[in-house]
Amino acid sequence: MPGIYIHIPFCKQRCNYCNFHFSTQLQHTASFIDALKVEMALQRHYLPPGSVKTLYVGGGTPSILTPGQVRDIFSSLEATLEVDIRNMEEVTFEVNPDDISEAYLRELKDAGVKRLSIGIQSFKEADLRFMHRAHTMEQSQYAIEAAVSSGFDNVSIDLIYGIPGLSHEEWVAHIEKAVRFGITHISAYALTVEPRTLLEQQVRHQKVPPLDEEQAAVQFELLVRTLAAHGYEQYEISNFALPGHYAIHNTNYWKKEWYLGLGPSAHSFNGSSRQWNIANNALYSGSLLQRGKLQHETEQLTEADNWNEYVMTGIRTMWGLDLQYMNAHFRESFLEQLMKDIVPLQEKGWLESTSERIVLTLEGKLYADRIAGMLFV
Amino acid sequence: MKKIRNFCIIAHIDHGKSTLADRLLEHTKTISERDMQNQVLDDMDLEREKGITIKSKAIQITYNYKGEDYTYNLIDTPGHVDFSYEVSRALAACEGALLLVDASQGIQAQTISNLYLAIDNDLEIIPVINKVDMDGAMIPEVTDQIVDLIGCKPEDIILASGKSGIGIEDILQAIAERVPAPAGSPDLPTQALIFDSVFNPFRGIIVYFRVLNGSIRKGDKVKFINTGKEYEADEVGSLGLGLIPRKEILTGDVGYIITGIKNAREVKVGDTITLVSNPSTEAIRGFEDVKPMVFAGIFPVSSDDFEELRDCMEKLQLNDASLTFEPETSQALGFGFRCGFLGMLHMEIIQERLEREFNQTVITTVPNVSFHAYTTREKDVKIIVNNPSEMPEPSRLDRVEEPFIRAQIITLPDYIGNIMSLCLNKRGILVNQNYLTPTRVELIFEMPLAEIVFDFYDKLKSSTRGYASFDYHPLDYRLSDITKMDILLNGEQVDALSALIHRSRAHDFGRKLCEKLKELLPRQQFMIAIQAAIGAKIVARETISAMRKDVTAKCYGGDISRKRKLLEKQKEGKKRMRQIGSVEVPQEAFLAVLKLND
Repeated sequence: MPGIYIHIPFCKQRCNYCNFHFSTQLQHTASFIDALKVEMALQRHYLPPGSVKTLYVGGGTPSILTPGQVRDIFSSLEATLEVDIRNMEEVTFEVNPDDISEAYLRELKDAGVKRLSIGIQSFKEADLRFMHRAHTMEQSQYAIEAAVSSGFDNVSIDLIYGIPGLSHEEWVAHIEKAVRFGITHISAYALTVEPRTLLEQQVRHQKVPPLDEEQAAVQFELLVRTLAAHGYEQYEISNFALPGHYAIHNTNYWKKEWYLGLGPSAHSFNGSSRQWNIANNALYSGSLLQRGKLQHETEQLTEADNWNEYVMTGIRTMWGLDLQYMNAHFRESFLEQLMKDIVPLQEKGWLESTSERIVLTLEGKLYADRIAGMLFV
Repeated sequence: MKKIRNFCIIAHIDHGKSTLADRLLEHTKTISERDMQNQVLDDMDLEREKGITIKSKAIQITYNYKGEDYTYNLIDTPGHVDFSYEVSRALAACEGALLLVDASQGIQAQTISNLYLAIDNDLEIIPVINKVDMDGAMIPEVTDQIVDLIGCKPEDIILASGKSGIGIEDILQAIAERVPAPAGSPDLPTQALIFDSVFNPFRGIIVYFRVLNGSIRKGDKVKFINTGKEYEADEVGSLGLGLIPRKEILTGDVGYIITGIKNAREVKVGDTITLVSNPSTEAIRGFEDVKPMVFAGIFPVSSDDFEELRDCMEKLQLNDASLTFEPETSQALGFGFRCGFLGMLHMEIIQERLEREFNQTVITTVPNVSFHAYTTREKDVKIIVNNPSEMPEPSRLDRVEEPFIRAQIITLPDYIGNIMSLCLNKRGILVNQNYLTPTRVELIFEMPLAEIVFDFYDKLKSSTRGYASFDYHPLDYRLSDITKMDILLNGEQVDALSALIHRSRAHDFGRKLCEKLKELLPRQQFMIAIQAAIGAKIVARETISAMRKDVTAKCYGGDISRKRKLLEKQKEGKKRMRQIGSVEVPQEAFLAVLKLND
């Protein structure tokens, strides 16, 4: 089930951990939307006609868009790519708590948005200030209430753990607060020092202590146990949902489904190759508007690349590595090697396997990257 | 024979030898412009990358001088201290040398020592100042230096630029006019000097030689005097850009011979070729069995690949006979080879060639020099120690001797202080200080070779901002207080990390090595203790804490390629790791000792 991703490359301010592509030059929003429309026209045949079932608007901060701009983008998408947003299985829109009101959310709903992803990150004021978030704790709370009262029953929130000073008790309290709000989907991330971020500089200049791995590991385990106790499934290492509320669009990334990414820095995949747009708003818009050209790079995936990607993303999910799928899509020698490679990992208690699939144990989840690497060809 | 000129180019690294050679070839139309690839003579990828010439080559040039065709054989020489024997043999094949000096940098130590070698071999020196069109060219100063050094007249010096082609014609003319024609006799029994050999996967070993007396024809039965082996000359020819087969290579000329030799050890640079039918009884003087200076273990990453590695080492030795190796067994690394190298650069090159040309992933262990040890029981019996494991136990050890070298450093007067403190710190003894010119000082030290092996060259460069050049020659063995330092990982001794070191350095060295290993060893799911020990005494310790998680737990959306590549890279790194006990040790850790900080 192919999906479309639209990247809205603007934010009001820079969070200290974020290395996604965005700009704070909001005055260029209008020309970006014009460029996005040109890209839609160029890419209208990327996905098979009539196949698109999900739409995900992310960023950056999509909620800096006015309702009018959202409708404009949606109607161009429908006209150009011949998709029917209202009939899609999932239409997710990322919002930040400081941008939204009940009225705004109603307008999104009217435009066809079915699912909200709210960038809460923390219910603790000090954490929000530390991470340089634009919103306050009150706004976090209000945003969730507004989402519910404006009629969204499919709401996801992001939470971050491993923040310096976040105690284990506070972390569990954050999780339980989300549960009490009736949130059906939680993406929970460990604070990570990424290159070219404010946080990296802060750590380098010793303004912030190096992140405490032990804290993150314990809080990860608390997260898994707490949410499990409330009936949430950890369907991917960082993603938890009440049964039936998995993020369809994101899940497709891990299942090697096709997707078209629109906007600067967005990635697309069509089964055999990946491409990614230039991560620069001015060059993206300039090139599309002046020369009608999309600046992007493409990578052709080999069978080994495909295998490695499937292993890397699949092993992180509760469905694990689907042996039948692998049998059908990859050469036998890869599978034979896999069967050898899993033996020591099973002995360590990191993996469990059946005749159908291979999944990580809770301990294995703490070492998912290392394990994925060991199963690469 | 009167129209043959055999010459080489003496130059310091970066003084533009390869570019000048290119211009000579271009100017004489030896190669068409279409074939012109910069630095044609350096055809190993590595050479071009490092900008140095590793293996000497030769090329024949036809030059029309005053209406007559002359045959020029340009014999290329390596330009690094590690390769001075190869240089000496290449020089022995020539009658003349272009002394190439960079107009902005002046004379460097390497140039001087090769120049002395050339003068020892009675070569006619044609001084050339190169890069005269560059900003910063100091033509009068460099002219004075050259005049001081070789006692020529200023007007004998040719001003040139390999880049723009200035002076190329002058150089070509000077070769005809000043370099003597070869002096040998066609009637004497054949003597030809082997100055190089290369391995060709289809033809076997191609031997490059210079005929001193007599000649070599295709089909001749030939004999290599030093090895005593006999072969048939399947093919002889001249060296153009490729091989050009000929019926005969005459007195004074340079050529190649193919005899079906498969094993490089049969061909020794410096050996003499003669004819079986009318043999010369005398070998050309100057032949040496090259002695390695630095020893290190080379092990396959996977112990299954030992036989394959042996095969590759043998092939490598085909065109690098200065590489020696014998099987070695390490508890930590399994089967491998104890290899002897001419120096550290040579070691680096061998390692890189194994990886690039032979696709071998190898682990190289801590290099050491060759020590002499004597035991209390047999105080006069010398034990050669090329490997820390060969050092007798302290209780049995009477004494150890270590090799000393004579180091020649040429620098600007400003840096004398820095160099003195560096060399004294490296246990050097200043034996002479000599102003070559008012702005060039030559310092001579006697130093332990072991101190040069590690980071001396880098330190020298950084403490003189690159304004120092360095050359060395082995001197003798001297009594020294050498001790064996062992490294333990989680209590388990790792023999491949043991080092032989002067006692005064041992504590400091142990501490730094533990610190460095802490940086280089990847964290594992359990704690790792790193200890340095002399005998049973622990002298340093570091601890690596256990890794609690290794998982991407952040939002990464559709950008799957980047993450995949990251993990692939990590996996690639893991391939170079060796499991020692429970600890994974990456390749770099075995060489950690080379990168110790102060």
